[in-house]
Amino acid sequence: MPADEVSTVRGGRGVSNEMAATSVNSSERGSASLARAGPFIAPALAALCAINALPFLWSIGVSFFHFRADRMNTPPRFLGLGNYLDLITDPDIWEHFTNTGVMIACSVSIQLVVGAGLAFLFHRRFPGRRWVLMLVLTPMLLSTVAVGTFFSLFYDPTFGIVSAFVRPFTGAAFAPLGTPFSATASLVAADAWMWSPFVMLLLLAGLEGVPAYLVEAAEVDRASNWRRFWTVIFPAIRGVLLLALLFRTIESFNMFDLIYTITNGGPGTSTESVSTEIYDTAFVLFESGRASALGNISVFVVIVLTRVYFRAIRLRKEAA
Amino acid sequence: MEEVESFPTRRPAGLGRTLVAALVGLVYFFPVVWMILAAFKTRADALATPPKLFFTPTLEHFWASFHRLSADGARVLDTGLERNFANSIGISLTSVGLALILGAIAAYGFARLRLAGRDYYMFYILVLRMVPPITAIVPLYFLFRVTGLGGSYAAIVLVYTAFNLPFAIWMLKSFMDELHLPIEEAARLDGSSEMKILWRICLPQMRAGIAATAIIAFVFTWNDFLFSLLLTSVDTRTVPVAMTRVVGADVGVDWGVFAAIGTIYLLPVLLIAFFLQDQLTRGATFGTVPR
Repeated sequence: MPADEVSTVRGGRGVSNEMAATSVNSSERGSASLARAGPFIAPALAALCAINALPFLWSIGVSFFHFRADRMNTPPRFLGLGNYLDLITDPDIWEHFTNTGVMIACSVSIQLVVGAGLAFLFHRRFPGRRWVLMLVLTPMLLSTVAVGTFFSLFYDPTFGIVSAFVRPFTGAAFAPLGTPFSATASLVAADAWMWSPFVMLLLLAGLEGVPAYLVEAAEVDRASNWRRFWTVIFPAIRGVLLLALLFRTIESFNMFDLIYTITNGGPGTSTESVSTEIYDTAFVLFESGRASALGNISVFVVIVLTRVYFRAIRLRKEAA
Repeated sequence: MEEVESFPTRRPAGLGRTLVAALVGLVYFFPVVWMILAAFKTRADALATPPKLFFTPTLEHFWASFHRLSADGARVLDTGLERNFANSIGISLTSVGLALILGAIAAYGFARLRLAGRDYYMFYILVLRMVPPITAIVPLYFLFRVTGLGGSYAAIVLVYTAFNLPFAIWMLKSFMDELHLPIEEAARLDGSSEMKILWRICLPQMRAGIAATAIIAFVFTWNDFLFSLLLTSVDTRTVPVAMTRVVGADVGVDWGVFAAIGTIYLLPVLLIAFFLQDQLTRGATFGTVPR
């Protein structure tokens, strides 16, 4: 009997050996003859250079000059580090950085808490989940201008719905945008409302990565919910939580549209952020040199934040 | 990679959680409902104190978004909003399409081919996406004035393409990293060019990833305000900027018209998001969370 079988087995083995040999060979040859990436990344890099990198170099150059974009015929005057020194010693600028910082801290922490709450509610399947999830996701799909303008209607002392809720208790119209504190709170509320769903999405994606067998093991061991959360679930979502924190921090740092449409920096300059300050300097006062210098300072801040973000992503990849 | 069943898909939610989730969803959605209702209210109803929840709906604002009466009331004129809508659609689709094509090719280079300093490139590409848009606009505004491209379709499409590219590269690379390599290696052995492998083997396998990238990039471009505000002209203006013109009208804010435009403008993204909901989840993470 066995002769046939033996030969087939041998034959089979032979073939598989051969295949193994080829595949090893091919992967070696593959990596040696692998094409250079240059031509593939060149078109994208060209577009990025033209629209991002070159203008950035221009703005570094201009930041050393006194230059107005509305008077192109007046030659720029060299100031050296003048613009930067001017900015660093300007108490108003520090106020804008503080405003921005306070808004980021409040808004991002609310987004994390609300986003986590929403993720907790929505991570299980239930009938109609797709539809209910859409209700929550809509704010981040709206244009910021629509959100900003509508929130400014909500905050209107006469016609606004916020005032309508407060009036029965105080007997007077309430102007949320009237004082620096309440104006900041109003902005934070709009920003947090819009972007908490984004944090929820990140956390939902993170929860998808929690393996069911670990949760079951924790249940078999009768671990308490609290303990189960910290030992099984939290380690799995720590990465996305960090991503959410950093991504939202950077995006809030860049916040412009909502401020522009809701408070326009007021009352006074109390809700002016770095972005709106750059806008005013560049497109209202047309002080291009100074605006570029302020822009470069904010780019520096963002590079530092991105560096941290990048680290977090890499740590996540290594952990996975 | 072995398929590990993940914990949320396992368990259905209890009745209590379902009800709370539905309730929270409705409360969260309330401001949007308020906007949509305002689109159907007459001016008197919209500004009533206390605010009205029940009223006789009207479609006049939808009509008024696109038409207006001439000063003597005799002729019906165009508000030019059709043009803004056409601009929004055209500019968004073109720039997202371009970003996807350039992004896919670059992502393939980063994911598969030989490149020194790959991480270095990837980091600075990410930085470009994070830079405050207003900072980038100051020099761009000047650049476009000097080159005479200011206010043209080419300028704004190029800007949106470049701002979607970093995201497209990161996302698409992360999806490519997850593909199984043996098929590609076999094709390479058969002498297929790298381009052919990308188009014929890689991309067809990652349709969901492309959809995820496209939807996030589309929502960003569709809703962007700042670039459009400063880099478009009357002819190339998109809807978000046109919306603010309604607010600035001399008769005061026409809330009904504003709400009507906002509602129409929301519809397309809402539909896309509904059908590509799972992709939206993936896209929010920049593709950094493996599936």
